[in-house]
Amino acid sequence: MIKAILIFNNHGKPRLIRFYQYFAEELQQQIIRETFHLVSKRDDNVCNFLEGGSLIGGSDYKLIYRHYATLYFVFCVDSSESELGILDLIQVFVETLDKCFENVCELDLIFHMDKVHYILQEVVMGGMVLETNMNEIVAQVELQNRMEKSEGGLSAAPARAVSAVKNMNLPEIPRNINIGDINIKVPSLSPF
Amino acid sequence: MSDVVEKTLTALPSLLSLDSQPGKLSSTSKLGNLIRGITELTSKHDEEKLIQRELVSIKEQVSSPNTSMRQMKELMVRAIYCEMLGYEASFSYIHAIKLAQQGTALDKRVGYLAVSLFLNESHELLLLLVNTVLKDLQSTNLIEVCMALTVVSQVFPKDMIPAILPLVEEKLNHPKEIIRRKAVLALYKFYLIAPNQVQHIHNKFRKALCDKDPGVMSASLHIYLEMVMEKPESYKDLTVSFVTILKQVVGGKLPIDFNYHSVPAPWLQIQLLRILSVLGKNDRSTSEIMYEVLDESLRRAEMNHNITYAILFECVKTIYTIHPKAELLEKAAKCIGNFVLSPKINLKYLGLKALTYVVQQDANLALQHQMTIIECLDHPDLIIKRETLELLFRITNGQNVKVIVEKLLEFLRHSKDDYVTIDLGGKVAELAEKYPFQAIFSNLLLKPANCFPSFCLCDCLATGFESTEDDRQLRLLAVDSYLSLLQDRPAKLPQRFLQVISWVLGEYSCLKEGLEPATVLRLLAQLLDLRHSSSETKSWALTAMTKLCEGPACVSVAQELADRHCGSLDTVVRQRLHELQHLASHAELRVRALPRNVGLAPLEVDSSLSFLDGFVSEALAAGAAPYKPPHQRREELAQEKALSVEPYGLSLPLSLSSCSIAERLSPTVLSMSSSLSGNSNELSPKGGSALKLEGVRRVWGKEGYLAKTEVAVKVEEMAQMEVPCPLSALQEGGSASQAPIVALTTPGPGPTPTPEADREKQRLASSLFVGLGSQSSTGPCLMGKAEPARHRFRRKVKGQGSSSGASERSCDSASSCHSPAPISAPSAVENLLCSSPLGSGSTPSLADSAPHLPHDRPATNSPRRAQEDLTEDTNTGAPVVEANGMAAVDPDTRSHPYDPEHFRPSPHLPDELSGLPRSEITPLCSDASLALSACRVQTDHSSLLIVFVSNSSDSATRRFALQMTSGDLEVSRVSGGTGPEEEQVEGHSVAVYQYSLVPTRPSVHMELAGLASYQQRDGEPQSTRFSYTLSLPNFIRPLTVSTEEYGRLWLASSNDTKQNLTLLGESPDPLRATLDLLRDKLQLHIVDIIASEGIVACQLLQGQPCLMHCRISAGCLAVWLRSPLPELPDCLLYHCQRALAEHLHGVASDYA
Repeated sequence: MIKAILIFNNHGKPRLIRFYQYFAEELQQQIIRETFHLVSKRDDNVCNFLEGGSLIGGSDYKLIYRHYATLYFVFCVDSSESELGILDLIQVFVETLDKCFENVCELDLIFHMDKVHYILQEVVMGGMVLETNMNEIVAQVELQNRMEKSEGGLSAAPARAVSAVKNMNLPEIPRNINIGDINIKVPSLSPF
Repeated sequence: MSDVVEKTLTALPSLLSLDSQPGKLSSTSKLGNLIRGITELTSKHDEEKLIQRELVSIKEQVSSPNTSMRQMKELMVRAIYCEMLGYEASFSYIHAIKLAQQGTALDKRVGYLAVSLFLNESHELLLLLVNTVLKDLQSTNLIEVCMALTVVSQVFPKDMIPAILPLVEEKLNHPKEIIRRKAVLALYKFYLIAPNQVQHIHNKFRKALCDKDPGVMSASLHIYLEMVMEKPESYKDLTVSFVTILKQVVGGKLPIDFNYHSVPAPWLQIQLLRILSVLGKNDRSTSEIMYEVLDESLRRAEMNHNITYAILFECVKTIYTIHPKAELLEKAAKCIGNFVLSPKINLKYLGLKALTYVVQQDANLALQHQMTIIECLDHPDLIIKRETLELLFRITNGQNVKVIVEKLLEFLRHSKDDYVTIDLGGKVAELAEKYPFQAIFSNLLLKPANCFPSFCLCDCLATGFESTEDDRQLRLLAVDSYLSLLQDRPAKLPQRFLQVISWVLGEYSCLKEGLEPATVLRLLAQLLDLRHSSSETKSWALTAMTKLCEGPACVSVAQELADRHCGSLDTVVRQRLHELQHLASHAELRVRALPRNVGLAPLEVDSSLSFLDGFVSEALAAGAAPYKPPHQRREELAQEKALSVEPYGLSLPLSLSSCSIAERLSPTVLSMSSSLSGNSNELSPKGGSALKLEGVRRVWGKEGYLAKTEVAVKVEEMAQMEVPCPLSALQEGGSASQAPIVALTTPGPGPTPTPEADREKQRLASSLFVGLGSQSSTGPCLMGKAEPARHRFRRKVKGQGSSSGASERSCDSASSCHSPAPISAPSAVENLLCSSPLGSGSTPSLADSAPHLPHDRPATNSPRRAQEDLTEDTNTGAPVVEANGMAAVDPDTRSHPYDPEHFRPSPHLPDELSGLPRSEITPLCSDASLALSACRVQTDHSSLLIVFVSNSSDSATRRFALQMTSGDLEVSRVSGGTGPEEEQVEGHSVAVYQYSLVPTRPSVHMELAGLASYQQRDGEPQSTRFSYTLSLPNFIRPLTVSTEEYGRLWLASSNDTKQNLTLLGESPDPLRATLDLLRDKLQLHIVDIIASEGIVACQLLQGQPCLMHCRISAGCLAVWLRSPLPELPDCLLYHCQRALAEHLHGVASDYA
């Protein structure tokens, strides 16, 4: 499970903070500082994995980070996540941001913090990886943005109706595959 | 920088274009102003001022009625920004909720986001969100449903899950895959925070696994990984499915848009491999199913992109975890080689990690890459270095230990990270303990010890090595060298080192003959005068001096010191000085306070403060108020302040549909009425005295150390002790002349007593025994009930003894003990009966005993059932093997003519434990000569794990050591093994280790990890790992309380859980039948049953109570649990559900 996602710039200024496990407010700030401290002193040509500092669970938790120009993207995960998998997930997230903001930079993250959160929500939900397909993520985000535009000119109630109709007309993306030949015996579920 | 400027410029038109939307521009610029303002500032102080100003203005605006929704949205974003920077904006929380409640879909989005960022799961405001979520889940707007599901999985109050669960479940059938997928993840979240709430929808998870959309299927794998890790044996049947899915994914059967860098669904593959590794662990047949697909995965994942390495790494890990196959291992080893040799640093790191993982199985692999490993030791990246050291630590043996420790220390010397220092320091200490290498160690002593955490050093010195002479010499060496250091130039030594020196001198300088304590004292006194000494160092020095202070010379030094430093500003130092002065002048006191030469024998701390018992009871007798723990006081205070309408209900702002008015009223009414009507005339004089004692016990609450507990213990002990003796007498052919049994047996319960008679007896029993005080009723009930079953059982054993030779072994082995037969004989039977993979009630031979249960048992209010306890198997919550179940089994099936155990020395319990209920002996691990097996023994106040180490070879196994660790349990060795860790197991013998287990926190299952290391006569040291699972009922004991006491406890506990359970419908008195079943399976105590309500109590071993209030409502058993421990109700509920499900399952299969 992903425990926290932190984005801060080269000076340690937080740009996006998302905790999936509860930490008290002050502790969160300490974690950000400690993580920045750990990550910022590392060269760019060393490995992207770190053991969590003493604040976040020690060796049970891993910090997996990537450094892009002015920003650090740090994912704090527990042992049930694959290091390289998360590393690529960061890449997917950043590429998605790039698609949504068209050539993303730090300013986008600052001024559209809420949008970044919405995008992130489509990638990671409650600490679990929800979607890794960039096109899917973008499609979901755009669906929401369309709602925004449609709402602009209309009053609230019709807007809701319109968006409901819209959704019904949405073309189903053909991504079904046949896993029909898996024989899973659903009945006689043994008492757990 | 230029591209940033460019970016801002290009962003401008889009900002302007928004002009048509009123308020949008101004809002953006307001956030912009804030951000710009912050970036312009240079000092933290200015930033704080600016933000505070900002917060004030936000606060003003949010509370103004004229603020539009759009402005509100913008204000929220600003509040989020402030919170992100670490400034609390708690005033905006309620507005965030309002926004989510009232706004349009877009406003909601901001509101939900703010809520999920601001609040945590236990925040009280979150309750206000429940209705909104409910509404949105039912919305026709897909986006609103999505938002609701997202917020639910992010942050949702645990208690409210039942309210929305049906709606979320419904979403599993939603036509849109994204909704189904989010619903699955939301359910996963529920599973994580409250597993028992989603227990009934396990088959829905299966449906999600079979979903036609791969996205939904992969979401369900999160749940499966978690469940499989928790209980692999229950999901073995799914192995084929997982393998098939993986095969299809690897074979490219998924649509192309699941590809990532032309690798098909890599994250899905990783997840599947993880699940397979758990399923295949220690299981040959399951592993065989997956060999082919693993081979395929390895082959397909060509090294071309980062993500294929991720799959490969996972594959390798799986191959090394499951039952080994040579061909695959070879390929995996090659893969690891590629990783280690890779120029990419991330892969190198993972390669080393994989090596660390496999090196215990295959040390040769490390040999192949030794040069690379050596290179990595000097790698500039500290993380790589650390991983290498970790690897080295794993391959340490007698020969290389010197070098490895040196390397570890070298790293430590440069390390600045506290966490790393502690971790590695601990490892050095571990090695120092494991391998006696004084040469290195004495070297260490002289190095400035900042590189070596002081606690390890002290620990090593204190624990010592194998021979006491070596210890003595080492300690002397330490004393000598430190003395000379102090005489020389103490000012230059680091603080930590000075502290170590102080401790060592204080502890061991007496070993050196001819050394005047006063000399040492003077040297240590120097430390106080050093200017740079920290107050911590001073305290250490003073403590050491206090230890040494002996004789008039020392007293004068101490006096002088006290005079000189009494003005010290540091209170701790002053305190120590005071102690020194005082103890110096009172030699006798000093000897008692700081005994010499006890070494590191752990100090016995009487944490119960039992020595104060006398004082407390005196004070109580004199009329002092009994002690109340702080939380109780707080609660009472709160109750005084606010008039509570519901005496012990947490009144929720939203009433759930399932929660009726009657339910809220119940237990207090119940307790009131019972105390008024029933108890008043039933209280015997003895009960009166018990009541008074109970008052005393409240003083110490959960610790329960006062007189009353002792009385209870004694009564229970007596009951326990009385059980075996009649039995043994019977066995020896003596007549049943033992008074207690005959006298107290409830008049012969026929095999099928009528329900009326049954109830009559219940009433009789409760009226008879309720007056004896809740605890003393134990004895008579126990015996009254146990006797008939026992009788039958005894005969069976006799018959078995004469008919089957093989089972005599168990009888013989145990015959030296008191009352052995019933205990040792069942184990063979249990092995037969409980061999079904789940250990569940589905075994046919067992099932027919189940329906008899309600009839055969005289329904008394007994909290303890000696008979069932004896044969219980709660490891997997399996049904208790009843005595009559035993009788039903043909004796012949018990004999094991070809018992492989026969050739091994057979384990049997130590005498002192033979009378106690215990589980079957299960094998843990074994190799050619050594076999480990274990069983649990339950006593009234502890749960013991007995580990048998049987050595079947001719030669003795040397240096055998057993280590047990667990995250959920506190494990302490009771007996077995004399030295600190290591000893010898003679050939053809069994060593018995006894561990006492105390749960540190309740959880549904508790895993115990063990490591056995040993050395055969000539070979290398070997070690094997094993694990043992215990479940919560092993630590549950009945809590015998009176109804009044129950009422008080109920008010004192706060963590609520409510749930509806299945009721055993077939019996005439379903409530009684259900509670009896729960009592028998989980060792609960039924406090009282009145009409359709019942109250039940139990406690976690030596600790917290858990109270359960049950009421029949609409064909279900509505239970309401409370406990001071937040996790306990949930876990207990889980086991209740399981016990009932198993019972029903057993009955159903019987009818079928």
